[in-house]
Amino acid sequence: MKGSLILEVKGLTKAFGGILALNGVDLTVNEGEVVGIIGPNGSGKTTFANCVTGFVKPTRGEVIFEGRRITGLPPEKIADLGLTRTFQIMRPYYSLPAYKNLVIPLMSPRAKRLGGWRGGGKFGDRSTVGVDILEEIGFERESYVPYKLASSLPTGYLKRLELARCLALNPRLIICDEVFSGLSVSEIASLLPLLQRLQAEGITLIMIEHRLRELFQIAGRVMVLNFGEKLLEGPPEVVIKDPRVKEAYFGSEEAEEVMSYA
Amino acid sequence: MDIAVYGIVNSISLALVALGFALVYGISRLPNFAHGALYVTAGFLVWSFLRALALNYVLSIVISVLITGIIGSLIYRAILIRIRGMAISEIVASYAIGLAIIEAFRFWGFKGMTYTLPSFTKKTIVIGDVPVDGHRVLVVVLGVLVMGSLWAFTHYTKMGLALRGMAQDERAAMMLGIDSDFVALFAMGLGSALAGISAVLLLPLGNIVVEKGYDVLIQALAVCIVGGLGSWAGAIMGAFIIGFAQIIATAYLGAKFQMVVSLLAILFVLILKPSGLFGRQKELEERV
Amino acid sequence: MNQKERRKERLDRGIKVRCDGIYALMSLKEISYLVLPRLLLILVLLLAPILIPGHYWERVLTIVCIYGMLAVAFDFLSHYVGLVSLGGAFFVGVGGYISALLNTHVGLHPFLAIPIATILGALICTLLLMPCLPLRGVYFAIATLLYPLLAARIIEALDIFGGTDGLRGVSGLPGKYTPVYVLIMAALLFIFGLRRLVNEDMGLVLRAVKDNDQSVRASGISVTRYKAIALFLGALGSCFAGAALVHIYMWAGISLFALDFSILPISATVVGGIHTLVGPFIGCLILVPISEALREFGTLRIVFYSLILLAFIVVKSEGLLNYAQRKYHQFERWVEV
Repeated sequence: MKGSLILEVKGLTKAFGGILALNGVDLTVNEGEVVGIIGPNGSGKTTFANCVTGFVKPTRGEVIFEGRRITGLPPEKIADLGLTRTFQIMRPYYSLPAYKNLVIPLMSPRAKRLGGWRGGGKFGDRSTVGVDILEEIGFERESYVPYKLASSLPTGYLKRLELARCLALNPRLIICDEVFSGLSVSEIASLLPLLQRLQAEGITLIMIEHRLRELFQIAGRVMVLNFGEKLLEGPPEVVIKDPRVKEAYFGSEEAEEVMSYA
Repeated sequence: MDIAVYGIVNSISLALVALGFALVYGISRLPNFAHGALYVTAGFLVWSFLRALALNYVLSIVISVLITGIIGSLIYRAILIRIRGMAISEIVASYAIGLAIIEAFRFWGFKGMTYTLPSFTKKTIVIGDVPVDGHRVLVVVLGVLVMGSLWAFTHYTKMGLALRGMAQDERAAMMLGIDSDFVALFAMGLGSALAGISAVLLLPLGNIVVEKGYDVLIQALAVCIVGGLGSWAGAIMGAFIIGFAQIIATAYLGAKFQMVVSLLAILFVLILKPSGLFGRQKELEERV
Repeated sequence: MNQKERRKERLDRGIKVRCDGIYALMSLKEISYLVLPRLLLILVLLLAPILIPGHYWERVLTIVCIYGMLAVAFDFLSHYVGLVSLGGAFFVGVGGYISALLNTHVGLHPFLAIPIATILGALICTLLLMPCLPLRGVYFAIATLLYPLLAARIIEALDIFGGTDGLRGVSGLPGKYTPVYVLIMAALLFIFGLRRLVNEDMGLVLRAVKDNDQSVRASGISVTRYKAIALFLGALGSCFAGAALVHIYMWAGISLFALDFSILPISATVVGGIHTLVGPFIGCLILVPISEALREFGTLRIVFYSLILLAFIVVKSEGLLNYAQRKYHQFERWVEV
């Protein structure tokens, strides 16, 4: 049901030794929303993604996904429930061709149960479904790009491949960890409509981003992290004008961009 | 009391054996599986100088330790340097080198019970109510001395500091102008020489047999893994844990179980906490 | 500037499409181009026992197949799944001891004991190695290295299964040609079965585990489960090899856990070409006869194959088959620039 609560994070805390990478972060996400998470480098954005998806065990706090407590579950169990992620440092299967990369999520118990992307994997050959998904996400079907080894693909395609791998799982919520970084403006422009289409189809997105301008075009709500703590949360146009955000970004790469919103 | 005294002797011996391995792995992340072979090499070298060439005992010990160190550096320079960073190739290659050395000794007839080194002293000392032969006491004293001088070397000399720098962060060390290849070469030489020293100290307690090569490698591995690969202090702690475990196992279960105990210790530590009891490596590196 | 330079130019043959592993086959000629090398291996192996003279070399061929299966299992586990196991001897020992025990104590015929030992042995090995599966790289390698040593010491210390004397009176395989053909068929089945598997959907998951286990987990797949499956498959071949070995030597002892069974397959894999599955078998075809020919030199043969291994690791780390494959698929010519 659109608009109902899908993810609830309560007091998420993660300590590495004596350092608090996350300190009591709360977040609620409704179904079909696009929520952005921003913050300067080292503010705990990726740790947040790691804790929610189970790759890192949080020290304290709770994560509730679709009414189920998933704190402490291993990542494969969480992904099986429909919460998956892309990696900031892309992690394709380099020794496999691009379309074969998608056979792996299609082989997962979730995809076997529900069918992969749009129920496609349930019928027919997984490799063909893989090419279908790649076409959907912007690989030219008639060219040889989908059949190339992942190790020989350029960054733009690898980012799409990361997303495609999540989509093949037929997920409910995707946490995108910096899908825009390293892409050119035109590449992002071609990725944005795709993300909007996903949103329209009812997939919830949490986007961890450094590229604020592009993020604000699709995110309905933004949470700002700084030194592991939640600074504030709200609609992008409100958040960016807040002096605390400017202070947090002061001196960082994005400082100029943040200032330009004043 | 028996257990305490022999436990300490055994622990120091194990620490000596493992020190070279821990040093090389700690500095250049190179699991030197030829460690046991170098140990045996030093033993046979001393024997050859002493018996075949009839040199002075002390002189032959010094020469053998030096030669072992040089052999170690040569192995690094000729072979291992080409495959640095490929962990599995490093293991397989160094293991193959060790195998080649050990089996070559076996082929040349260095086997059986005929090869022994004289012990340093014939005296027997009574500690508490346990009689200990003088050589074992000397092993403990000299072992502590070797470890102490190694500690001083790595803390107060330029080369030693370079070694520690490499151990902490190879890239950062390179940026500071430390020649990483040379330091790794030196570390391998030093590690091999340490294998030689431990051989010289420990072999007079028994026969020189080629099978010792395999045993020594496994003991070094056991100690380093229990203590944490790459951690020198951990290696010494690991030596004490395994040393006492072995003596206790021998006392209550029989000598046959000595090896079973060390092997089981490694397996349990590997499975439960791969970075070792005292290691500080990232969890993600070693486990999924 | 009329100095002419020559440069080596490499061209892929027409039927190999730019993407790896995909061939465009248009005619019988092109099909035969791909089929011939495979057929050659199969035919040579099947005809060899009839053609080669003497019982001795037939036995060598049997041993080649045994080591070949171990090497293929090693290659499969380490280069397709990322589980570098230095303890191949453990599988051999478990398979061998089970088969020998079934034969001597239960009285089963070898043809019944071997299959049971294969499956039971693979199950036992998988269960025992299960706790090590989450380990990575060097840690897994060291852990597996310890298993055969530990098994040998435990048998020695507890004096079970015949202790250091081993189990005598294991019955051999009947028939003149039976042993060699059973092993050749098993080896071929194992090699081509695995080659097929790694390109099937399940094999792709295994290869993905090697490439990046984290994103396999993010795809909702349990990495440990697939690693266990792979281990079971590899152990099947190795345990079969061990069980067959016991019936050929008609004896089982702790030397089944000896390092020979761990190190020779690894050498063969490096020599034959990693990541090919057939390469390791070809490596065994070369190394085992050499090692047999050097038998009179005693332990020098171990020195010898250690040196071959070193030479290949340092000089030609891709191995023979990868090299041959490249030459087979590419034209090379000198062009003037």
